[in-house]
Amino acid sequence: MKRIKHWARDILAPAAVLLLFSAIGALLLSGTHQATAPTIEIAERAIKNRLLAQTLPPGSFDNDLSRAIYPLPSDPLLGLKRPASRYLATRDGQVSGVILEATAPDGYAGEIRLLIGILPDGRIGGVRVTAHHETPGLGDYIEIARSPWIHQFDGTSLGHPDRAHWKVRKDGGSFDYVTGATVTPRAIIKAVQGALTYFAAHHAELLSGEQP
Amino acid sequence: MMPWSETRDIFYNGLWKQNPGIVQLLGLCPLLAVSNTVVNALSLGLATTLVMAISSGSVAVIRNFIPNALRIPTFVLLIAVLVTIVTLVIQAYAQPLYLILGIFLPLITTNCIILARVEAFASKQPTAQSVLDGIAMGLGLTAVLVALGALREVFGKGTLFSGFDLALGEVATGWTVTVFPDYPGFLLAVLPPGAFFGLGLLIALRNLIQSRKA
Repeated sequence: MKRIKHWARDILAPAAVLLLFSAIGALLLSGTHQATAPTIEIAERAIKNRLLAQTLPPGSFDNDLSRAIYPLPSDPLLGLKRPASRYLATRDGQVSGVILEATAPDGYAGEIRLLIGILPDGRIGGVRVTAHHETPGLGDYIEIARSPWIHQFDGTSLGHPDRAHWKVRKDGGSFDYVTGATVTPRAIIKAVQGALTYFAAHHAELLSGEQP
Repeated sequence: MMPWSETRDIFYNGLWKQNPGIVQLLGLCPLLAVSNTVVNALSLGLATTLVMAISSGSVAVIRNFIPNALRIPTFVLLIAVLVTIVTLVIQAYAQPLYLILGIFLPLITTNCIILARVEAFASKQPTAQSVLDGIAMGLGLTAVLVALGALREVFGKGTLFSGFDLALGEVATGWTVTVFPDYPGFLLAVLPPGAFFGLGLLIALRNLIQSRKA
């Protein structure tokens, strides 16, 4: 009998208290999440729309890109584990480019998510990073807000530079990098090249509303 | 109302006598990781200060309801919940700030200085004192972070205050000071080893001043 009393006092009561605190914590978190989720989504979409427009040359399209959204199946060349989206750019009703969501899976600290704008002739219109976890102050120069590094991809294509030069200069390629942070640019170069390869194989479907 | 001398003691402790960065040597993980520019250091420092003030305050309020054996798990739970709430609120209502702080905010949970102050101070003291202690310790950490950030930025990149426009917007566009023009950069200062060297120098400097005083 005495032993059961001890057990109730030393184990059951603290467990109940901890459970209570956890429940309060969970309640607070879900409440905050409910309250902030719509605002966060609006803010994130605004940022994405701004980045979307930057991946193609200004004036090359006249439609609302965020509404011209089409599905993109998951494909290892795009680094996608789940189906994502692509955005069709048109000018005067003519398709003038496509923007692919892609992921560089091998960044220094996990995935780097990208928007890659490709012109119908297979040249890159522009690349933007939408999310990453690279080292602050070191690997984050891939963000357009921090450095113009990402502009290097503008106008490149599968043959320009040639296959052997789709690397950072350190590895004998033709892309600049920042000393001390080479894993990050390597991952992005590979992802952009992968997206171009994917585009080369599926450009007819990608540039129409069809399913690739 | 607490006497002025007590407030003064709390701040003297946080900023100098028990400075978390160079005396207690707590919370070194984020300290070394992001102290490579002044703006990064300042952002992380202030965010940590905010979380420390809130968590110390809340622990002081509920300190009498927490069974002794459950102190640590409850504190960890509380700090994690608070950091997540602060992150969500900043993400929703201060998007530009989130883009700067976003990667640092989860790091704050792992900062043992918060747990240390909650355990050593807030669990035994009244609420007002605990909030002040959180602020003082946070500011002490911020001061060390900024000094280290300035040191590493000047020697690593040859500039000061670069990137402030990302945190504060257009106002700060012209704030970057080029200390050494055409500086080739000194990689060691930018990478984590530079943070260890810098921190070592700061600790030595503090010890020197302290020994002169004694």
